[in-house]
Amino acid sequence: MQIIKIDNLKSEVDGSAILKGIDLTINKGEIHVIMGPNGAGKSTLANVLMGHPSHEVTEGKVTFMGKDLLDMKVDERAKAGLFLSFQYPQEVPGVTVENFLRTAKKEVSGIMPMMTQFNKDVKKQMSDLDMDEKYLSRYLNQGFSGGEKKKNEILQMAVLNPKLAILDETDSGLDVDAIRVVYETVQKLANENNAILVITHYNKILNYIKPDVVHVLVDGKIVKSGDLSLAEEIEQKGYESFKNALDDASLSA
Amino acid sequence: MAQKTQIEEVDRGIYDVINPENHRFVADKGLTEDIIREISREKNEPEWMLEFRLKSLEIYKSKPIPTWGADLSDLDVENIVHYVKPNTDMKHSWDEVPEEIKQTFERLGIPEAERKSLAGVGAQYDSEVVYHSMQEDLIKQGVIYTDMDSAVKQHEDIVRKYFMTLITNRDHKFSALHGAVWSGGSFVYVPEGVQVELPLQSYFRLNAKGAGQFEHTLIVVEKGASLHFIEGCSAPKYSVQNLHAGAVELFVKEEAKLRYSTIENWSRNMYNLNTKRSVVDKNGRIEWVSGSFGSRVSMLYPMSILRGEGASSEFTGITFAAKGQYLDTGTKVVHSAPNTSSIVNSKSISKDGGHAFYRGLLRVTPNAVGVKSTVNCESLMLDNRSKSDTLPIIEIGNDQVDIGHEAKIGRISDETIFYLMSRGISEAEAKAMIVRGFVEPITKELPLEYAVELNNLITLELEGTIG
Repeated sequence: MQIIKIDNLKSEVDGSAILKGIDLTINKGEIHVIMGPNGAGKSTLANVLMGHPSHEVTEGKVTFMGKDLLDMKVDERAKAGLFLSFQYPQEVPGVTVENFLRTAKKEVSGIMPMMTQFNKDVKKQMSDLDMDEKYLSRYLNQGFSGGEKKKNEILQMAVLNPKLAILDETDSGLDVDAIRVVYETVQKLANENNAILVITHYNKILNYIKPDVVHVLVDGKIVKSGDLSLAEEIEQKGYESFKNALDDASLSA
Repeated sequence: MAQKTQIEEVDRGIYDVINPENHRFVADKGLTEDIIREISREKNEPEWMLEFRLKSLEIYKSKPIPTWGADLSDLDVENIVHYVKPNTDMKHSWDEVPEEIKQTFERLGIPEAERKSLAGVGAQYDSEVVYHSMQEDLIKQGVIYTDMDSAVKQHEDIVRKYFMTLITNRDHKFSALHGAVWSGGSFVYVPEGVQVELPLQSYFRLNAKGAGQFEHTLIVVEKGASLHFIEGCSAPKYSVQNLHAGAVELFVKEEAKLRYSTIENWSRNMYNLNTKRSVVDKNGRIEWVSGSFGSRVSMLYPMSILRGEGASSEFTGITFAAKGQYLDTGTKVVHSAPNTSSIVNSKSISKDGGHAFYRGLLRVTPNAVGVKSTVNCESLMLDNRSKSDTLPIIEIGNDQVDIGHEAKIGRISDETIFYLMSRGISEAEAKAMIVRGFVEPITKELPLEYAVELNNLITLELEGTIG
């Protein structure tokens, strides 16, 4: 059962092409990992799927939960069950984490969560993430360390219970302990009804999360997909060989 | 004084309901000596007040319209009826207030607020205060809370000692006009050592078309006493330009504390040219919380004169300028005694071509050593048609001071909107959340019902511009 199907997705920023034809299908219950060198278009893919206004889709089609994703506004995508854990979460002064979580939950689920039960659930999830409850009354991401911001993203994921969670470099800026806590939580949140797409260039996270499929993204295209052994191949050979593969592919095309 | 109160939410629609005009007495348009005499006779005032009014009229006629700040060239002062008296006398029970006027206040939620939480309420409808009450025990402690017109007669000694001594009729054209035609307003006297635990509140409303509002508020907080006074204002929309030139004089004595909170929400044709001043004695404290919404033009700079050693002031202000609005607001602090301290926190929001101008003055006299002061101004523009300016004037008369100043001007960030929307929040609500967050440091200074009203006002101001 498909959660998302991406066909030949191409995008531009200020007239320069970034995504050059992405094809990717993710089914229920699957965890996918996209790896690739800096500048390959990994974060762009995440932002395009979420609907970032500065990315223009020039070609392609994305079907999410049976609907045309590219036709939806950003908030509608979230309501349909898409979630993005941001690489650089925004600071929002004056808006507490608690208020933000409840508002988001209300919007995504369509019903105002019961205060006491909601707070109880959130506190449980915070404790799993090794986050102090005091963060609930802090302003959203303001003055948070890099690691706290990322944990706060995963907390939002846990609260909103999306169909597809895209984690954009969630490991960057985290120390080893935090990476373990974050990915163990993500692994726990994975179930047979949802799917997770992890974007990273750091394959150590594969110690904590077990993907079903690994993709290599180079220069705006997925050049190779495979199982966990592909990650090991990257570890040994680096991305250079995949870049060459891309050149060969474009030559033969 | 951190008492939180609960009130029903206020709907913007009620501000725009216009009642039929039904007044006993309407002064002729324009301003003459005869009109002043008529106002004074109608009020049955003592002779000295009439003389004061006539003197003020003379000064008013001799002073030019100010040419700095807002453009007042469209303001036709001759065409504004200066005094309109509603067809009722002051009542002490809500049931006795005429139905139509009562409904207006009911719609604004005033009696409910009073019943639920406030120590006393004075509501001004056009020029006269129609309803007044105060808790019994405060009366027993000697606290006086009444309308200014009654105070002139019943507490003549106190009024005469303080009235227009802090804001004089020579200060500027509109203070002179105020001196000539002032009517209504609140008078509060808190005797030495009395702590008024719950806030006192008054609510102003302009209803008659083209009527100016010239209410006078005089508050005296004696040695070691404390008070929180709240004023709320709203006016329905009219096509004729309205003028508001009120005066607020606050006297804070030694070791006394006064917190003065206002949320002003005027109709979009209003010229709001208000003067507010406080003078603070040794170790006394004045706290201003000031919200400026609505009006076509506002010029408002509440002033704190710290004249006693160790006196302190804190100003927290929020200004929201939308389409067609020019709001020139800020605060003035004069440190004229040693070891005085002040904090200024000002936030402004502009959208749809609105213009928010912060104009502030911080003055330290040569003898005032050991002064500490922090000034923070932040502006948020919601689009690139809107304008924001900051003009903080700092005059320091000696070098033994500790002054900090920070000003920030910013635009609402697309990245932040995207982030909030990615969590299912609509664009409109995302913007509202960012704006509410921006003003949160001010909202939290307000009693709950005003915080709710402030948030509602922001939501209403944001409506119609987002789509």
